[in-house]
Amino acid sequence: MREITYRQALNEALAEELERDPNVFLMGEEVAEYQGAYKVSAGLLQRFGSKRIIDTPISENGFAGLGIGAAMVGLRPIIEFMTFSFSLVAFDQVVNNAPNMFMMSGGQFNIPITFRGPNGPAHQLAATHSHATENFYASVPGLKVCTPATPRDAKGLLKTAVRDDNPVLVLEAELLYSSKGMVEPPDEELLIPLGKADVKREGSDVTVICYSQTVPISLTVAAQLEEEDISAEVVDLRSIKPLDEKAIFESVAKTHRVVIVEQDHPFCGVGAEICYRIQKTIFDELDAPILRVSQEDVPMPYNEDLERAVLPNAEKLVTAVKQVCYA
Amino acid sequence: MQPLEQRDEVEMLSLMLLIRRFEERASQQYQAQKIGGFCHLYIGQEAVVAGAVAAIRPDDYIITAYRDHGHALARGTTAKACMAELFGKETGCSRGLGGSMHFFDKEHHMYGGHAIVSAHVPLAVGLAFAIKYRDEDRVTLCFFGDGAINQGSFHEALNLAALYKLPIIFICENNLFAMGTSVERSTSLKQIVDRAEGYDIPGEIVDGMNFREVRDKVAEVADSIRKESHPSFLEVRTYRYRGHSMSDPASYRTKEELEKYRLDDPIIRLRAQLTREGKLTNEQFDQLDKRAKETVLAAVKFAEQGPELPVEKLYDYVYFNGAKA
Repeated sequence: MREITYRQALNEALAEELERDPNVFLMGEEVAEYQGAYKVSAGLLQRFGSKRIIDTPISENGFAGLGIGAAMVGLRPIIEFMTFSFSLVAFDQVVNNAPNMFMMSGGQFNIPITFRGPNGPAHQLAATHSHATENFYASVPGLKVCTPATPRDAKGLLKTAVRDDNPVLVLEAELLYSSKGMVEPPDEELLIPLGKADVKREGSDVTVICYSQTVPISLTVAAQLEEEDISAEVVDLRSIKPLDEKAIFESVAKTHRVVIVEQDHPFCGVGAEICYRIQKTIFDELDAPILRVSQEDVPMPYNEDLERAVLPNAEKLVTAVKQVCYA
Repeated sequence: MQPLEQRDEVEMLSLMLLIRRFEERASQQYQAQKIGGFCHLYIGQEAVVAGAVAAIRPDDYIITAYRDHGHALARGTTAKACMAELFGKETGCSRGLGGSMHFFDKEHHMYGGHAIVSAHVPLAVGLAFAIKYRDEDRVTLCFFGDGAINQGSFHEALNLAALYKLPIIFICENNLFAMGTSVERSTSLKQIVDRAEGYDIPGEIVDGMNFREVRDKVAEVADSIRKESHPSFLEVRTYRYRGHSMSDPASYRTKEELEKYRLDDPIIRLRAQLTREGKLTNEQFDQLDKRAKETVLAAVKFAEQGPELPVEKLYDYVYFNGAKA
């Protein structure tokens, strides 16, 4: 194991999959000459050439659709959205073409495509550039959605996504690109299955369910709460769809108290679905109502203080955990 | 003219008859409520797809919008599989899961059947991208209506195809109406083909009621593309006799206008050409028509008798590996 950044981990995943399979190509805005808007694709043009690392004009609908068409005849495109906020321009392709093709064609055309890029609020990008899209996309049958929080998960999930025979969205996070973590050496194949949550910290008093940018918040809070004699178990979903119900239920059966900390909006958010599933299946295990910490239900303001007030954070999570623990 | 070509033209006339009789029967079955959802008929436009398909190889790619029955039949999907699809049967070309607007046939390189206007034009560019990526000499034929040319995805796709020099022929089947909105009321240009010029794509106008003209033009363009990959654009002028869909009485146009086009019918025209040249007798034509009608009747019977996909298999068509997410 060695320590690398989340950005390097993604870059390694891309390089390894491009190396392994000639059907894989990377396409998007600024992925080639510019070396990636967030430098995730740095060096790939030099290594794999312009046939496989392809710059596009600003035409998200066009190049997302191009990728889906290429996937219909067996190529395995990786389509980078500069941010998933821009994927909304390609919503019709991602929602109406990619996941529908398999059903609509009676099983003749599956779409082995990966859509990836940063998702969720970053810092003071205001309303149009701060979308957390996981709950939109997870609600669409035929799509898979993963949300890696660590360099290791980022590498392992992206590689798995590229090999999946269905459309997979890898929702990265701008604020995590420079974060560091331990990852297996490049000569060791690292594949992390979709739909497998990871207990990032064990605990016995309360389960904190999180993903992506809310994982580091949860780990900070769990460490802080330990000093106050509250033992929090941190369950990183890693994939929103498929959802690892088993891991969630196992943890809840142990702690009997749950807080879900998500980066999307509260109405029809990821946490709402998880609450439903927990109460439906293991209602009797609960010793307190489930609480959710999410964004406020407002478009993102630019003002820094107001943005902080909108986002989930450690303070809000601590309050929620103490409330479910009646502490 | 060589005997082979002669046979081919009679065969293509036969295909046009099959499409027409299929659509007439589909209309009847729709009214009898055997067919659900939306159903858009191709009657009047048969020479476009017949001419285009006659000019390309079986391994070339074709993709189209929702008025797609003729395209599947032209590509070689059986009338049985097409009618069964309309009936929602498992024996349909999309297992009864796609319906009228979503005919697919992988074996015959028919990539759909797409119902969001112009959303398939980027897909077509992707098919063409794959051809170039693999250094093949196939061509992609992308059919769409005049209604598609004002969608953003159409413009993005044309720009990408031109930028990457992809092997694709954009075939605009200009039937003068996007649903009930005439081209004059929807498009700022005087002629649709000028859209191509904006993307530095060569474009031409073709008479879509003339099978030979469509075939020869598509053959010429496809040949040029196989020599050196590039996109091309054909505005094929045609006319649909029926309304936009089954529920449309087409009150936005006059009877006289319809009559004018009926007199220029593509089937009558090709028949007349072949008869004049001594390549087809009246008896032979009647035989072809009889055969087309019989094929369609057999297709209806096949569709009626076919099984429906059992509800237990519903989740088999969500993810490729059949897994439930």
